[in-house]
Amino acid sequence: MTRFGRIGDPPATLSARHPRPRVRRRASGLAGMVGAAAILLALLGAWELYAVLSGVDPLLFPAPDDVAGSLSSDRALLWKDFTVTAGEVLLGIVVAGVAGFACAIALHVSLTLRRSTYPLLVASQTIPIPLIAPLLVVWLGFDLAPKLAIVGLVSFFPIVVTTLDALTRIDPDTLKLLRTLDAPRLRILRHVELPAALPGLFSGAKVAVVVAVIGAVFAEQAGSSSGLGHLVQTSIPQLLTARAYAAVVILSVFAIALFGLLTLAERLLVPWAHNPPGGTNR
Amino acid sequence: MDGVAVDGVERIFRGRGRRGGEVVALRGMSLRAAPGEIVAVVGASGCGKSTLLELICGLQEPDAGSVTAAPAVLMPQRDLLLPWASALENAALALRVRGMKTATARAEAAPLFERFGLGGFEDARPAALSGGMRQRVAFVRTLLAGKPVLALDEPFAALDALTRQEMQGWLAGALAAEPRTVVLVTHDVEEAVVLADRVVVMSPRPGRAVAELDVRLPRPRHRTDAAVVALREQALEALGAPA
Repeated sequence: MTRFGRIGDPPATLSARHPRPRVRRRASGLAGMVGAAAILLALLGAWELYAVLSGVDPLLFPAPDDVAGSLSSDRALLWKDFTVTAGEVLLGIVVAGVAGFACAIALHVSLTLRRSTYPLLVASQTIPIPLIAPLLVVWLGFDLAPKLAIVGLVSFFPIVVTTLDALTRIDPDTLKLLRTLDAPRLRILRHVELPAALPGLFSGAKVAVVVAVIGAVFAEQAGSSSGLGHLVQTSIPQLLTARAYAAVVILSVFAIALFGLLTLAERLLVPWAHNPPGGTNR
Repeated sequence: MDGVAVDGVERIFRGRGRRGGEVVALRGMSLRAAPGEIVAVVGASGCGKSTLLELICGLQEPDAGSVTAAPAVLMPQRDLLLPWASALENAALALRVRGMKTATARAEAAPLFERFGLGGFEDARPAALSGGMRQRVAFVRTLLAGKPVLALDEPFAALDALTRQEMQGWLAGALAAEPRTVVLVTHDVEEAVVLADRVVVMSPRPGRAVAELDVRLPRPRHRTDAAVVALREQALEALGAPA
């Protein structure tokens, strides 16, 4: 059967195609970091200038160096409250990720379920968190449970939507092919639909981490004795505005870190989602 | 091995809603493929060729007429390889979806890789393969489905001219090694004459068979053979192409 072997592309295409874009990506990554640092410095400079020159009361609008001072002097307190909030956010994201992925699969499998519950799912997102947070405190107490409920509630929706979108984007021709391969529903799910849904899960989680942080803050303000949201709420009446701002800085950095981690995990776990288009569909 | 019989088939697509019109894809379409026969179906774009294959594969039901076919597997125009799976896993998918264990499925698919010029590419991801190689993997997946009838829907239409010729030679060899009943849909008349035992020419929509050419030529055939050229001209004439 040598006549089959001689035809086709030399294996050289395997290695020859990839190096260039990777180098370019690294270079643009560096430029991006320099750019981000420059923008951050410019913003901090403008903030400092405004705080000093405008005459706004520092108790209302602290300058960056006051916030930096608080970050340093209150670090033990900030760290303790950060671990509380971080725990709520991480656990909430995991719960929302598992529940959201499962829910998206269910909505994908059953058209009836999707038609009957999708509008409710959308409606659930319009409920203002401050409105239901006290109710959840009454129902679930002052501990972790109401925070998990709120973080889960706000993170759930983006995860369901993006996962469901990834599932609906599966090529109809692929499903036709699978039918002629006599694939039962469950094996289509396992071999094709679940892997195809994973990139959607990651996209959703990236959106969710940011809203999850806000959700945790609201949840803590509704009834809590710890956490950065609670710290913000108690610092302001004590005229410790710089400390409240320091808490917000920590929350932002935390959200950026989670976002970065998810991007990294996405690249490692679903690398095919980043392949240039034209791989399998031409 | 069993064949395919399509008799006086009509297939109408009705648009939905108030503005929905009707499109008659096939009307009075008949086609037969004897067991082990390679039948090529040629026709202009939109003449219902793909619909015909889906009818043979049981993915659609005819509105009139009858389709009798042994179990058939579809090889679509695009390779539709799963981007997260290796070439070998993609081919073995045909076995995995029927419940075969990973190791058994791989062991069964691996010899076909060697035979069909894919040796050494088992662990390559589809994104790292050329169009021709991906199409080979898709064909191995089609073979592994273990169906007596192969429904090939313009399998090489997306490839460049040079690769397409290579792949036509490759497919001829592969089918000689693994005989199946084949219905090959194509808009490339030359491809039809080079590969098939019989060529069925379809009219524009609504599609039906307007001519049938027996290709009793020895293999391997080359597109420059006088007999191949003569048959190609005959088929083009039946298609109504200007000479």
